[in-house]
Amino acid sequence: MSDAHENGEDVTTPLLEIRGLSVSYRTRAGAVPAVRGVDLDVWPGQVTAVVGESGSGKSTTAHAVTRLLAANGTIDAGTVRFGRHDLATLSEAELRTVRGARIGLVPQDPTVSLNPVKRIGEQVAEVLRIHGLATRRSAAAEAVEVLNRAGLPDAAVRSRQYPHELSGGMRQRVLIAVAIAAGPELIIADEPTSALDVTVQRVILDHLQHLAEESGTAILLVTHDLGVAADRARRLVVMSQGRVVEAGETRTVLADPRHEYTRRLLAAAPSLTTARPRTPVPATPSTLASPAKPAKPASPAAPAKPAAPADATPLVEARNLVKEFRLPRAGGESRTLRAVDDVSLTLHRGRTLALVGESGSGKSTTARLVLRLTDATSGQVRFDGADVTTAKGARARALRRRAQLVYQNPYASLDPRFSIGDVITEPLRAFRVGDRASRLARARELLDRVALSATTLERRPAELSGGQRQRVAIARALALSPDLVVCDEPVSALDVSVQAQVLDLLAELQADTGVAYLFISHDLAVVRQIAHQVAVMRAGRVVETGPPEDLFTEPRHEYTRELLAAIPGGRAPSFTAETTAS
Amino acid sequence: MRRYVIKRLAQAVGVLWAAYTVSFLVLDFLPGDPVTAMAGAGMDSGQVDPAQLAALRHEYGFDKPVLVQYAEYLGRAVRGDFGDAVSSGRPVTSVIGDALPQTLQLTGAALLLAVVLGGGLAMVATYTSRRWLRQLLLSLPPLGVSVPTFWVGLLLVETFSFRLHWFPAFGNDGLRGLVLPALTLAVPTGAQVAQVLAKSLLTALDQAYVETARAKGAGRRRVHLRHALRNASLPALTVVGLLVGQLIAGSVVVETVFSRDGLGRVTAAAVTAQDIPLVQGVVVFGALIFVATNLIVDLVYPLLDPRIVVASDRRASFA
Repeated sequence: MSDAHENGEDVTTPLLEIRGLSVSYRTRAGAVPAVRGVDLDVWPGQVTAVVGESGSGKSTTAHAVTRLLAANGTIDAGTVRFGRHDLATLSEAELRTVRGARIGLVPQDPTVSLNPVKRIGEQVAEVLRIHGLATRRSAAAEAVEVLNRAGLPDAAVRSRQYPHELSGGMRQRVLIAVAIAAGPELIIADEPTSALDVTVQRVILDHLQHLAEESGTAILLVTHDLGVAADRARRLVVMSQGRVVEAGETRTVLADPRHEYTRRLLAAAPSLTTARPRTPVPATPSTLASPAKPAKPASPAAPAKPAAPADATPLVEARNLVKEFRLPRAGGESRTLRAVDDVSLTLHRGRTLALVGESGSGKSTTARLVLRLTDATSGQVRFDGADVTTAKGARARALRRRAQLVYQNPYASLDPRFSIGDVITEPLRAFRVGDRASRLARARELLDRVALSATTLERRPAELSGGQRQRVAIARALALSPDLVVCDEPVSALDVSVQAQVLDLLAELQADTGVAYLFISHDLAVVRQIAHQVAVMRAGRVVETGPPEDLFTEPRHEYTRELLAAIPGGRAPSFTAETTAS
Repeated sequence: MRRYVIKRLAQAVGVLWAAYTVSFLVLDFLPGDPVTAMAGAGMDSGQVDPAQLAALRHEYGFDKPVLVQYAEYLGRAVRGDFGDAVSSGRPVTSVIGDALPQTLQLTGAALLLAVVLGGGLAMVATYTSRRWLRQLLLSLPPLGVSVPTFWVGLLLVETFSFRLHWFPAFGNDGLRGLVLPALTLAVPTGAQVAQVLAKSLLTALDQAYVETARAKGAGRRRVHLRHALRNASLPALTVVGLLVGQLIAGSVVVETVFSRDGLGRVTAAAVTAQDIPLVQGVVVFGALIFVATNLIVDLVYPLLDPRIVVASDRRASFA
């Protein structure tokens, strides 16, 4: 296969040429193949994106390039030609001269990828020291220079600090500095921004791309987000179940996806299909003042949004909520942080109110205040007409019964030692509802509701996929037939195709049971699919509220516009038009 | 930082008071009193003159109500006076002071051996890429923890004293006499250090920042020593702090097995004789060493992990 390129000129020779790569992981159950016969090329100075869902083998492929696999992973077959070397067979010592020097890696999660006990500067300087590119003396100054190039503000000061003193975005810049320090020919970026806020994500990716263009560095970008890939990559490689199912120029692949899986991925990607509204929504004047206004008919593809009676008492009514946290003393002065600053919101039965904002915007704290999981500094919370702001003991417990929670991470929110039956019936046991038999019957009914088979009852969380686990978490939240379910980023840990299913399920359950959702999300695209009303939060304040149709077409606040602009996928207009038309 | 130290010192005083009070109560609940034991030890048989006993009790203050005794003893203890040992009549502080150097030598040497041997074992076990060697080394610590100290002592004496004649079997003669008891004491201690350090090294090596280091081109040794070890050392350090208490307790057995003079044997004798002032002195002194060691350990944390001071301050401000 590689013969075709051998006699060509430099420009037509890929920098990285992967042929027939197979990787497997040893487990108790035997070897599990993760990558099966993958071919992949990265040309000099170009961005090549590998897209796929979790378990598709995209990350394993990227790590196999420099053989940075987990201890139980092995390359079974294939070649990884980089320059003159086959990295798959190179000795460990020779490989070390490639890692860091000629191939840089930008890892997935900046919050855990820096050594917590070493200063920033030291960690950047280490690359230069390992490859003999700086002396002990010059390394520190050069590290500051590289940090500057990576766009870290106050690089000289920051280089003396420790990772925990920097924000996630700043830490990712440090990791970019580590990757570019030695002037590599290739940067492997493994989901470099999926742990970051959407506006930070854009700035970081812009900068990485800019640096690469400046120095002619090629980038192998691994991402689950088709929108990110569409914005950045010249070439696209789509992976599924360890195989490459489609590859080619990004425009070609997106405009005319030939493989079934690519089409499904395109259809499921919320950021691509909803960055622009599918059907133009006529502007409605001042809907903000009357949240109880019946919902407009939703766009055909969106889940059904039932109307609420206009005259009913709101289920949740929060007035001027304030929550302050005391900060660690600095210089003798005790400071406070206003996490929630004068927030008012109203939620009616059977409706969905979405709180949107970036990390630190106070959206989760607001939800905790509403659930009475934390005490408000000031303000009032009314639940079904009753003031519960200071509810304690039995009254707080009664509230718990009527308000439930679905957490972000279904991998962490289910007790691994419980069977699924135990998980779902736990709220019933806690409130002594029914006997054993009736609780099990209820669990079966709930499983049926969330479209899981009754045999799931006996299984353990570890045997289920992420989407199945989140269904179980939803079943548990519904066990007591609550009036309110707070969904804290319920789909952000799931793959896009699974996200769509879970969102559909939530909408369906709402239509059946009349439950109200307080839906917390950083992802405007997801919110658009489920919410009747959206409140955009920033720095503890609600900066804008309204129905999602209005917010998307006529954002009034500067910050809402910024959030909308940051949604990936907006930069590939031709392709967006294509997919939305079909 | 200063607030933190002051807070910890206040805690230390609380611990010492609790140790004193609990030991006082326990000794008070025991049947009999030291005067009877002392008088009984002095006579071969027959009746002791009750008047004489009463006089003795009066002299030591045992005839007063418990609370008054407690208050008096505590008041004097605060000033550093633990009274006289009933069995020997010498001041408790000087009895402890005489026995202390031997025990400090023993426990100090044992601690050093435990850290060097245990730490070394953990480092080698996690560094080696030979699976069989790793498995073998990692199976040693559980063994070391589970065998009883006196049995290890007897085994060492049997081998190295009686068969090989390398080291003396008992007594306090210099360094040669120290080797076997220190080794005996170091086996369970070092095993625990090894277990905790190996476990946290393996955890650290699994972290994302280790992958970052490898992606920089760092070799095994650099990753192990410069990245994993410092992150893994905190749990091991905590264990070392706790083990100091265990070493002091262990010295009771080891000094008895090896017939060494020291605090351990003083303690054993004092407990047998129900020598309340002496036992109390030993208990408070043991608590003092334990508290001091752990304070030092806590003060070392921030030097190893820059995140720690921040965390303790935050806890303080929310409290």
